[in-house]
Parts: sequence; C-alpha cells; structure tokens
Amino acid sequence: MDNTMNLLNLITPSMMIPIFPLLGFLILSFLGKRLGAFSGWVASMAILGSFLCSLNIFLGLDGQQLNYTIFKWISAGDLQIEFGFLIDHLSIIMLLVVTGIGFLIHLYSMGYMHHDEGFTRFFSYLNLFIFFMLLLVMGNNYAVMFIGWEGVGLCSYLLIGFWFKNQAYNDAAKKAFIMNRIGDLGFLIGIFALVFHFGTIDFMDIQNQLVSFESNAPVLIFITLMLFIGATGKSAQLPLYTWLPDAMAGPTPVSALIHAATMVTAGIYMICRSNLLFALAPFTLHIILIVGIATSLFAAIIGIKQNDIKKILAYSTVSQLGLMFAAIGLGAFESSMFHVMTHAFFKALLFLGAGSVIHAMGGEQDIRKMGGLNKSIKLTFVTFLIATLAISGIFPFAGFFSKDEILAKAFEHNLLVWALLSISSMITAFYMFRLLFLVFYGEFRGTEEQYKHLHESPISMTLPLMVLAVLSAFGGFLGLPAVLSSTHQLSEFLSPVFMASKSLKVEAHALSHEQEWLLMGIATLAALVSIYYAFHLYMKKKVIPENEEALSGLSKWVANKFYVDEFYHKVIVNPILILSDLLLVLIDKLVIDLLVNLTALIVDSTGRIYRLIQTGSTGFYLIAMVLSMVIVMFIQIIL
Amino acid sequence: MLSLELLFIPLLAAILLLFANEKAAKPLALVFGLVEAVFTVYAYQVFQQNGSEAFEFQMPWVNKPQINIHFGLDGISLLMVILTNLLVPFIVLSGFNRDTKRPAVFYALISFMHFALLGVFMALDGFVYYIFWELALIPIYFIAFNWGDENSPKVTLKFFIYTLAGSLLMLFGFLYLYMGMPNHSLDWSVLSTQHTCSCNQTWLFWMFFAAFAIKIPIIPFHTWQPDTYKSAPTQGTMLLSGIMLKMGTYSLLRWLLPIFPAGMIEWQPIVITLSVIGIVYASIIAIMQRDLKKLFAYSSIAHVGLIAAGVFTLSFEGIQGALVQMLAHGINVVGLFFCADIILNRKGTLQIHQLGGIRLQSPWFAAFFLIVVLGAVALPLTNGFVGEFMLLYSLFKYNVWLGAVAGTSVILGAVYMLKMYQTAILGDTNEHSEPMEALQWNEKAVLIGIISLIFILGIFPGIVTNLTQPAIDQLIKLI
Repeated sequence: MDNTMNLLNLITPSMMIPIFPLLGFLILSFLGKRLGAFSGWVASMAILGSFLCSLNIFLGLDGQQLNYTIFKWISAGDLQIEFGFLIDHLSIIMLLVVTGIGFLIHLYSMGYMHHDEGFTRFFSYLNLFIFFMLLLVMGNNYAVMFIGWEGVGLCSYLLIGFWFKNQAYNDAAKKAFIMNRIGDLGFLIGIFALVFHFGTIDFMDIQNQLVSFESNAPVLIFITLMLFIGATGKSAQLPLYTWLPDAMAGPTPVSALIHAATMVTAGIYMICRSNLLFALAPFTLHIILIVGIATSLFAAIIGIKQNDIKKILAYSTVSQLGLMFAAIGLGAFESSMFHVMTHAFFKALLFLGAGSVIHAMGGEQDIRKMGGLNKSIKLTFVTFLIATLAISGIFPFAGFFSKDEILAKAFEHNLLVWALLSISSMITAFYMFRLLFLVFYGEFRGTEEQYKHLHESPISMTLPLMVLAVLSAFGGFLGLPAVLSSTHQLSEFLSPVFMASKSLKVEAHALSHEQEWLLMGIATLAALVSIYYAFHLYMKKKVIPENEEALSGLSKWVANKFYVDEFYHKVIVNPILILSDLLLVLIDKLVIDLLVNLTALIVDSTGRIYRLIQTGSTGFYLIAMVLSMVIVMFIQIIL
Repeated sequence: MLSLELLFIPLLAAILLLFANEKAAKPLALVFGLVEAVFTVYAYQVFQQNGSEAFEFQMPWVNKPQINIHFGLDGISLLMVILTNLLVPFIVLSGFNRDTKRPAVFYALISFMHFALLGVFMALDGFVYYIFWELALIPIYFIAFNWGDENSPKVTLKFFIYTLAGSLLMLFGFLYLYMGMPNHSLDWSVLSTQHTCSCNQTWLFWMFFAAFAIKIPIIPFHTWQPDTYKSAPTQGTMLLSGIMLKMGTYSLLRWLLPIFPAGMIEWQPIVITLSVIGIVYASIIAIMQRDLKKLFAYSSIAHVGLIAAGVFTLSFEGIQGALVQMLAHGINVVGLFFCADIILNRKGTLQIHQLGGIRLQSPWFAAFFLIVVLGAVALPLTNGFVGEFMLLYSLFKYNVWLGAVAGTSVILGAVYMLKMYQTAILGDTNEHSEPMEALQWNEKAVLIGIISLIFILGIFPGIVTNLTQPAIDQLIKLI
C-alpha cells in the first residue's frame, strides 16, 4: 500500500520531465529576442529541472515501474493507441543520462555559442531535442517512442543545418533526415506487424503475450528485423551510417549531445526495451551481431585515416555503436546498456574537448594543423586524455569495464567474434591516441595568428569537461566484473527489465576467474600495443598524415571512406533523379497525356467528319437513309 | 432542416456579392464565411446531441422522373462540411492583401463554389447530387479561366472537358440505375440497399469510378491536374486541391461503396495497385519539379493516391485513415499553396532554384512554412501523421508488399519536400534575391490558423475519429 502511494506521488514529477524542456522551447521561441543572453540560462534550467525530477524518481522507484496513460491518441479499428509513459529501471537510467549529460552540454553551449547570432535559436532547438528524446525514452508503447524517434530526427535536422546559410551543411542535414527516414519506414512496418499480430503496441502487453510464442517464430523474426532496420538508421549502422559523419556539420555541442551521447543510442535503447521480443528471435540477433561487428570494424578502419578531429570522433561513435549492437547480438542487453552509459560519458567528453580545441584554434578542425596544445589548454588536455584512456579501454577508466564485459560475453559465445571485436578495440586505441598525439604533442603546426589566439575555454565550458572526466574515470565502477566484485551494480539494477529474456538464454559456461583475468590482460596488452604503435609513429618518428593526393592504394580507399557515399550517389540517388525527369517527360507527358489528348482529338475530328454529312439537303438524307436500310437488310440476310 | 440553412448562407453570399461594391466584396465574403463557420460549430453541437435527424430534409421535386430534393448528414458528410467551412474563410482571408480584378464577381464565384461543394457533401438523392457535382465545376472554371495566368484558357478547357467527360459517364450510370430500380428512385437509401446484380456492378463501377478518379485524381487520370493547379489563381488552386478533390474521395465512400459493394470488391486489387503505383510515381516526379506549385501538385497526387488506396482496402482503418487524411490534406495543401503564393507575391517567381535566402530575410515565414512542410511529410504530432499511419497500416494489412511500397512515400516525401525547402528557403541570399516584405496581418492569421490546426489534429485526432466512427461502422456493414 505504502509503495503504491509512493508510486502515485511520482506521477507528477515524471510528467514534469518532458514538460520542462517543452516549456523552455516555447518560451525561447516566442520570447527569445527579449531574453537575449539570458535564454541560455532558461534552457539550462529547464533541463536541470528535468534532471532533478528524474533523480527524484530514481530514488523513489525502488524496483517498481511507473506505467500510466495520459490520453487516448489514435483510435481506428485495430489501432488503439494511447499516449502514456513507462518509467522503469531501464528508462530511468536513460533519463538520467539524457538529462544529466544534456544539462552539462547546455552549460557548455553557453560558452561555446556565446558569439553566435543564433544563440537563442540554438537553445530552443536543444530544448526541443531533449523534449523529444525524453518522449522516446519514456513512451510506454512503440507509437509514443516513434513520436520521439522522429522528433529527435527533426531536431537533428535543424541542428545539423543550424548555420543554414551554408548549403553544404544543409545537405548534411537533409541527408541525415532522409537516411533516418529509410530506417523509420522499417520501424513503422515493425509497428504495423506488432499491431497486426499482438493487437497492441504497448511494451508491457506485448511482453505478457510473448510467453506463448515459440523461439524464432517467423512473425517474430519479421518484426524484429523491421525494428532493427529502424535502429540501423537512427544508430548509424551499416548500411545506413553515412549520415553520421556528415552530421558533424552541426555545432560541436550538438555532435556531443545528439550524435554521440543520446540520440544515436536510441536504436540500442529501443531493442533493449523490446529485449524479450529480440531474445525470442535468435535469428535476428545473429544478424544484429554480424552487422554490429562489421560496422564496428569498418568504421574503426576508416577512423585511422581521417584528419578532421570531429570526423574521427564520428567514425569512432559509429564503431562504438557497432560494439553495442554486437553486445545485443550476443544477447547481452545489460552489457550493451552499460556501454551506452559509459560511452555517453567519454564520448560527450571527447566531443566537448574537441569543441574546446576548435574554440582555441579559432575554428580549425584539421589535426594536421594543430599540435603541442597540451601546454596552452591544459585542462582540456587532461580531460581529453582521460576520455581517450577510457575509450581505449585502459584500466580503471569507464570504457575498460564496459568494453571488457562485452568482450568477455563475446569470448563465451565464439572465439572469432571475440577476436574481431578485440581487433576493433585495438584500432580504436590506435586512432584515438593518434588523435591525441597529433593534437596535443609535437610542434604547433597552425598559423602564427592561431598561436597567439590559443587560450583555455571559459569556466562554463571547462566545468562540464571536469564533471564528465570524473564520470569517465569512475563510471565503470558501476559494473565491476565478477573477479573484482561480487555485485555488478548496474546489471543488478537492470535485472527486473531483462529478467524474462535472461531466462530464455541458454547460459554459456560462465568464465572461470582465470579466464577472466586472462581476457582482461589480453585486452589491456592489446590496447597498450596499439598505443605504443601510435606513440612510435606520431611521437618518435613525428609522422604528420599526408595530404590525400599523396595517398595511394588501400590507404587512399580508407581515407576516402571506401567511396561508400560516392557509391550510394551513383547507384541510388542519381538513378532516382534521372527517373524523376524520365517519368515526367516520357510517361506523364508523352504517353498518358498524349492518350488523353488523342482521345480529345478523335472526338473532335469525328465531329468534324460528321459535320460534313450534315449537308442540310433533304435529298442527301433520303439517299443515306435508303442506303443504310439496304445495308442493314443485307447484313440480316447474311446472318 | 439544418442542412438547408448550411446551404443557404453561401448561396445568399454569392447573390449579394454579385451586387456588392467592389471594395466591400472581400470583407463581405469573409463575414459570410465566418458566419457559416460559426453556424457549423452550432451544427456540430446539434449533431453530437441529436445525431443526423436534425439535418434531414426531403421534399418531392419532379414527379416523372421521380426526383426528391433530399439532403442529410452523417459523420462523414459533416466532416466534409467542416472541412469546407473551415477552409473557405482561410481561402477568402488569404486574398485580402492581393489585388484581384473584379473582386465582387470573384468572391461571388467562390461563394457559389462553396454552396455547390456543400450540396455535393449533403445531397442524398442521385440526381440532386449530380446537379451539385456539375454545379461545382462552373464557378471554378470561371475562376481559373479569368483569373489565372497566361496559359489558363487552354489548361482550364482541358480540365473542364476532362472532368465533364467523367461526369457524363456517371450520369449514364445513374440513368441506368434509375431504369433498373423497381421503384425508379435514385434516393441514396434505396440505392444502398437494393443492389443491382453483380454482373452490372462490374461495369457500372467504372462509370462512377472514372468520374471520381478524374476528380481525385488517381493516376493515370491526373494529367489535367498539375497544369491546372499551376495556372489557376492561388485561391482557385486552394479550392481545387483543398476541397474540390475531396468530392472524389468522399464520393467513393458515399456512393461507390454503398451502391456497388460487389464491384468494389471485384476491382479492389486493381485500384489499390494503381493507387500505390501512383503514389510512388507522383512522389518520384515531384523530386525534380522546378516550380513550387507543380511540386505541390504532384505531392498532392501522391497523398490522395494513398487516400484512395486506403478506401479500397475496405477496412475500418483504411476508411478512417482516409477521412482523417482528407481533412489533414485539405488543411496542409491550402497551407502549402498559400506559402507558395506569399513567395510569388514577394519574389515574383515560383522557380525553386531562383529563390533562396528566405530563411534569412523572414525567419517567421520560414518557420511557418517548415511546419506546414512537416505536416505534409507526416511527422508525428502533426495532422499528416495520424492519417498516413492509419492508411499505411490498412495497406499493410491488405498486403505487406503493397504496404511497404506505399510506405516509400514516407521517404520520398521527405526527399522532395526537404530538397525544395533547402533550395527555396535556406541558404544565403544572392544578387537576384528580391526583398522579402514582412507578412501582413491577414497572412499571419491564415498561417497561424493553419498551423494551429496542424498540431491540434495531430495531437487530438479523436476530434475527427469520434465523429466519423459510427458512420464508418455503418459503411463497413454494407460490404
């Protein structure tokens, strides 16, 4: 009784979570001009409000879930869709991450966007984004999730093309929206199939019905594959990943918030939300595993040859997302969520750090033109170093634990999977340290003017860096492996969510402690080897990456991202554009309209011919009459 | 009786406007439009309380052939009446800061059109319905012919003859039915209960369907449409695309389905396939359109193709989706053409590639335009999403593959709309850019009204679905 009362008390704060940013958006949109520089504070406070509400719920939830309907949204035959929220241990984690990191990035943006003429607009979009992201996370059925899903896509579009005077940025924004839409169609069909087969799209109702389904039932395979297509769009997996690197056209805080920490993990969140559904479709999990591994490796390889600081981080994000999908493919949903969380910490930090670097360099993003920045922007450097260590999987930073957990699960599953993911991790460590060495060590390679301009960012920017650095350093302790601790806190916290799907999984022989030590040792060693190799190349030999023209063979392919964009352009985009013109000219104008006009012409000319017969002379009519009678008689006789 | 009063107000407006002072014409038309809109609210309340009885009107007119003047409303008709009476004030208001030659005649024609459209949506006797159906063609013909651009005489003639040809087929159909009916009546209640044999339904279906398909238009009966939308004055285009084409989709539900359920089922696969092909076909053509109005014309073909396909799934979701989408499409397409008109008015061109930098010059207009575009590409929480969601679901249920193919319009819609928006609105101004004069009060009023509707109907579609649900249940029983 007491517990239910408590739960009811949580409804109001949970409603406030999305309302704060929505209000922030509306206030900034309509009163933005009057608020001026104050608008950054309004927006930040809105997110802080959401964060505090989330925290309140986190503390009060106590193993239960909050599931309620606000109003009936759509009603037509099979489609009975309610607008409601579900807050359980899974969504509350996401809520804390989204609002927490969201708040830090808002703070950071107040410094970063300080001089921008679109300051207010920027914050109104950010608030709108958070609003939709919260809907995505809080929805208690797929349709509400889809509102958020498309909504964050819209905000992503608006923010990538934030500097809308530049048509190249607008291209990137449009590309992101359209590629997401391709995935969204899959998601939509998945939702339809759920309605059709389950009669509901409510998460909990579906979960309750799933008991009666057999593993790998064709229906479940179809549904999960469709949902996964949706996930590949939003979470930038093969083959729909190419929008994410281009999305770096947006302001850097946007890249940190949307294109690293939160929105792009929506696909993983969606699958974890439907974990029982996916666990009942091992076939789909296999596909997810393959796509995840392939993306992880592919993007990591491309990352080696990139020279734009944000592009490197973007490919790294794609690669890390691939790792998370691989974890899902292994059925390790909670490990995947663990990595979502730690990745949010260190990748947000990396992007914000990159933003600080770009800020110091007066807008420069090419790492070949940086170097030796560790002295002039010390705080940025230290925090960036922590994040780099975390993403490279160095003990005891956050990434080590989450990555190690996935690798251990991979090892249980299959040696090859483990080897491939380990290679991907090695590459990650390499290109991240390549980035670090080229930016922060060696000689300064920029212009004289830039050198004079070098300065540490203001406190509003460095404070979030420090907080995130602490999280990146210690966030991993939420999920200590069995050899170090008897409780895996995160996994335990999430266990009510994943209980049902866990029970399905045939538990592979758990790793012995020796094996686990060995794996951790190998992973650390591998990372260190990569780091040393990067050190050797970029510190000892002081290699500066060559210009693209100087490259040849494989490295040219890698530097050009394997020409995937060019391929898509030739094979999909251009044919459609040509088809568009062809259909208009050949089919619409020539065939269809010609037939229409021809019909008119026939009617017209028949009229003209008949007019000739209408001579007005009675004699002619009489002859015609007699003639026709004769003809009719003849026909009758013949027949 | 209320149905007569609903009809009377625009008719009175049309007559008065003919004799009105040129300067008083616009305000007068607006006042009548608003009176009618307010009256619709009253009618809506009456309907909610007492159902359709209050709207029933029947009176013998001609003895031989036996024709009764018969009007009535159910949820579906009322929705169409609401659509019409909602949009007409916007259409009138949108012209307030435009110079229209001979405004008295122009607005008299709009009001007359208003009257005829309402007649189509409320008539329950075949002959009366047919009369209004043809009556609606006359004012729009003159509007497009006299107030259109330099191509309009030729274009309008084609439009007129094309639709008239379709109508004649329908007239033959009605005559055949009349002869065949034991009690010689074309009353809707008779036609929908005493079905002609399915041997006749096979071909009679096409007599009616051709008329509707041309009006909607469904590919390949559409070639009159892009040119007409382009050449007609924008207010005419709004009438055509916002309301008049719904005569076609409405008639599928009111006449075709009840009279020829067997024919409907027989031709269902062909019509759905045709519609789905049309959706993709028109979407692809829209991508490379260089003219704003033509782009919207092709996008409209894609949207109404989906509506037609949904109706032909003969499922509850399909029909409900069609109705929701008819209202949504009406609102959005009027919004789109109005935005095009605002641009034309300021920039003197509708060529997309000659525009650009408008976002910079007029942020509010760009934001309004974007919201209308988002409604058209069916973003959730806009009115466009709800209908499209239902329609695609109904198609999915009918056939997974057809659903998936039609679903590509979700992607293609984003492609052509965002491509257009990027080129026309975003980017920097160039040396050819004309200044973008600020929005006038009437333009703001129309845009704000349309945007409010986009969100209200996107968030609370129950307003529509509660209204139409009983009527759809009735319809489904006929199949």
